[in-house]
Amino acid sequence: MPAPTAITRATLLKDLRLEWRSKDAINSMLFFSLLVVVVFSFSFDPSAEESRQIAGGLIWVAFLFAAVVALNQTWARELRNQVLDAYRVSPAPANSLFLAKALGNFIFVSVLEALMTPLFIAFYRLRAIGPAWQLLIVAMLGTWALVVNGTFFAAMSLRTRSREIMLPLLLFPISVPAILAMVQATTAILTGETGARFWIVLLVTYDLVFTTSCLLLFETVLNAE
Amino acid sequence: MPANGPADTAPVITVSSLVKQFGRFAALRGVSAEFSGGKLYAVLGDNGAGKTTLLRTLAGLNQPTSGQVTILGASKFHDICRQVGYMAHPSLLYDEMSGMENLAYFARLYGIADGSRCAEVIRSVGLDPDLARPVGQYSQGMRQRMSLARALLNDPKILLLDEPFSNVDIHSATDMVRLLARTRDQGKTIFVVTHQAQLLAGAADEFIWMQAGQIVGRTHDLKPPEGTN
Repeated sequence: MPAPTAITRATLLKDLRLEWRSKDAINSMLFFSLLVVVVFSFSFDPSAEESRQIAGGLIWVAFLFAAVVALNQTWARELRNQVLDAYRVSPAPANSLFLAKALGNFIFVSVLEALMTPLFIAFYRLRAIGPAWQLLIVAMLGTWALVVNGTFFAAMSLRTRSREIMLPLLLFPISVPAILAMVQATTAILTGETGARFWIVLLVTYDLVFTTSCLLLFETVLNAE
Repeated sequence: MPANGPADTAPVITVSSLVKQFGRFAALRGVSAEFSGGKLYAVLGDNGAGKTTLLRTLAGLNQPTSGQVTILGASKFHDICRQVGYMAHPSLLYDEMSGMENLAYFARLYGIADGSRCAEVIRSVGLDPDLARPVGQYSQGMRQRMSLARALLNDPKILLLDEPFSNVDIHSATDMVRLLARTRDQGKTIFVVTHQAQLLAGAADEFIWMQAGQIVGRTHDLKPPEGTN
């Protein structure tokens, strides 16, 4: 049996290489997020205090919708030429594929966040009153929450006819606790009114539960006909 | 006449009462057969006869609705997946990567770290391992040959090939048949699902005739068995 970590690494590098060459996911995500930032900034004209109250919701909703674009792309490239079948007939473990895909999506969405956050700060004149470093923890935990479930449900909706519609239908309801925690934690840090500790613990728990569940169930999803 | 290689008379694949249903449609209707090692089998039949479904079931990609498949003594495909090479009708390759990059990735899935193996199989199908062009820019014939190279990568004992000659010019197809005959002569068992049976007329050891989800005959030449249309 080939080492699972080596296969995860090889699959991740292959996906990064494919994305670098095609730029399918990152271009669509960037364009979509940019539109959200610009449209919202023209629609509202909030004061600095109001910005801190609403920015958490705006940022995460923008990233959530943009992430769906990347998540759909993840498996779409495995369906072209039925390449996924080549993986299925190999001795490589299913979970290595899942982890590589989830890590790849984590990188894509993190790059998007790194590029878009300065724009959000500029357009909404944001300045955190609470401990700003905690935003990094919330971003990492929140992004993982989105991509781990997103990767799993994107794989589940692979063989459905309207998979672009199926993915948000499956992903958004199950992501509600994570989105709530991300938005509340971000707002708490930006306004400095309450601590974000409870929401961060909730995110950690959510990530642990869903990462474990996805890893346990992915082989069944991969081999479903 | 097919060359007489180190053929093994013991069955390497046994299929018993194999049924595969997709909803209410039965693609395989109680297929039972034994296949010996070191032979080249051509699986023939009209569209919808169940050829591809049989091949995908042998490759572990379709789970039988009922019945059993035993390959090299194992009933679970995962136990013997290293011994099987599978080539599908689509290329099973990433269009954005070169042939060598594709094979290097698939080699990793089999724990093959030696890059020279990838170059060796690419050369064996008549392609240049240094070709930097992405597979998406290959001609159909080149893509089919690269796909065959991918199936040969893990040096499998059993090769399952679905339509390897489709859209391939006659010279390339003849080269592929010669390669398959050589591979068979090394003791490998090869299944070729094809609509171009005449290409395998001098090379195949046996022709398996399928109709309506069943094997209706096995012959040593291209003459269809009695009672088939």
